[in-house]
Amino acid sequence: MSTAIERFDEGARARVGAHARTIVHDDELLRHPAYTRVLHWSVAAFFILALLSGFAIYTAWLYRWLTPIFGGGPMTRLLHPWFSLGFVICFAFQLLNWWQPMSWTRDDNRWMRRLRDYVANTDKREPDYVGFFNAGQKAYFWVILGSALVFLVTGIPMWFPKTFGRTTVAVGYVLHDIAALVMLVGFIVHVYEGTAAQPGTFRAMTRGTVEKRWAWTHHPAWYRNATGRDPRADYEKAIQQQRGATRTEQ
Amino acid sequence: MPTGTLQIRQISGHSGSVPGAGVQREEEVCKYIDVTTCIGCKACEVACVEWNDMPFQQTTFDNTYQTMPSTSWNFWNLIKFNEHQREDGTLQWLMRKDQCMHCEDPGCLRACPADGAIVQYTNGIVDFQQENCIGCQYCVSGCPFDIPKFNALTKKVYKCTLCSDRVGQGLEPACIKACPTGCLKFGTKMDMKRLAESRARQLREQSGFASAGVYDPSSINGTHVIYVLHDVTKPELYGGLPANPTIPVTYTLWKRIAKPVALFLSLFAAPAAFFHYVTEGPKESQPPGPGTGYGAPGPQPPSREVPR
Repeated sequence: MSTAIERFDEGARARVGAHARTIVHDDELLRHPAYTRVLHWSVAAFFILALLSGFAIYTAWLYRWLTPIFGGGPMTRLLHPWFSLGFVICFAFQLLNWWQPMSWTRDDNRWMRRLRDYVANTDKREPDYVGFFNAGQKAYFWVILGSALVFLVTGIPMWFPKTFGRTTVAVGYVLHDIAALVMLVGFIVHVYEGTAAQPGTFRAMTRGTVEKRWAWTHHPAWYRNATGRDPRADYEKAIQQQRGATRTEQ
Repeated sequence: MPTGTLQIRQISGHSGSVPGAGVQREEEVCKYIDVTTCIGCKACEVACVEWNDMPFQQTTFDNTYQTMPSTSWNFWNLIKFNEHQREDGTLQWLMRKDQCMHCEDPGCLRACPADGAIVQYTNGIVDFQQENCIGCQYCVSGCPFDIPKFNALTKKVYKCTLCSDRVGQGLEPACIKACPTGCLKFGTKMDMKRLAESRARQLREQSGFASAGVYDPSSINGTHVIYVLHDVTKPELYGGLPANPTIPVTYTLWKRIAKPVALFLSLFAAPAAFFHYVTEGPKESQPPGPGTGYGAPGPQPPSREVPR
């Protein structure tokens, strides 16, 4: 099955790539090809629309704030399931795209055990075993998948309540809410980590490239795979070069 | 009986208090239905359709005297017929006028997320305001009596209004006016309850209905439509009247308390991220230098870390 997924995904990546361009400079590495970037931002757009239209109906305290964005209460209610459907479809493609790099390994358990150090910025560089995605990114991805399934299973009865009955809706909407809250927390952390928390990350999803420096700092094992070079040695070499440059300038 | 403007007591999906709540004391109204003297003439059905300007429609015949299987978005008042064989083999032909019960604690209003789509007046009438309805149909799942009905064309939900437009002008509901036997009455909750209790006593003491009683379920703090039943211990016989109507706890505990609290706690992720940045700072690519957006362009001296 995994080969079928890979075949499909490679085909899609090639078809999008034929109409796209990613410029990689000398001191940069290709992080996300155009297909991945398009998928990510499609998922993001539908996610934010579904999030806002959903939280508009979530509580009376947000109703008057958020429903005007979508043209009032009835329109918000009408659009929300369609935004969500868009999210589910785009995320399904993203799931195929990232199935492989997101798969959980033994190293991810190691990473999770030092989550406290990660949050406290204890180490300047990530441990050498951190690959293309770290365990935190993987956890977010699988939590999104889990929440998306809960959304789908509970959302369809809420869309067609007559078919599924009173109890299904009354119980389902609580699970729908909980999935939304989990996603909200994950989303806030995701946006922070992707922008302010790690300078140089955001461009991976816009231009598709990252600095080599960024790669050996945050994803050393991926740097080793992508370049065939030792991340630690290159990091130390960069420090020496920087010191040398400072000296010549003086 | 209220005259003039109706005062609102509760508003669905509304943040904050009810404007003008409690400024005017009003009697709570009640519809009294004595099923023991109902003859199933359906005059109330006709009066309801006429007063509310709803079109006459094809009936559905399913081997009973019932006009159709259940109420619909444009048919709010339905006599439910049931042929019940008692233990002694005799037949009892039960008729019950089915419509909105105007619960004191309305499940529809509890479930509704749309600001002002459902209101409860101080006189007890629960009324849908279709201009504010968003068509989510949560009210359908919140109602223990299966009353709100969705119109797929207008994407709004409709139900019996207890003729709030008539009641507001000091008139009785249309169904009451049409009833030829006097099995329907309208007045204050207190008067109707007293009348119902005396009728139930009469049935018990003089007509041999030992378990006759009044249906005014306490599980939803009573209703503003009450029934006198021959056998109050078996309300299900009367076209599925629930013995113990309840609102799903997801619309009480979860919606009123857990939901806003959980959202409030979840939003703490935002200040947490912000203060993480303020206290711990970003994880810069190593070695830090130009291109990270920090420090002036050009080679930088090695950064110094000062004690926190």
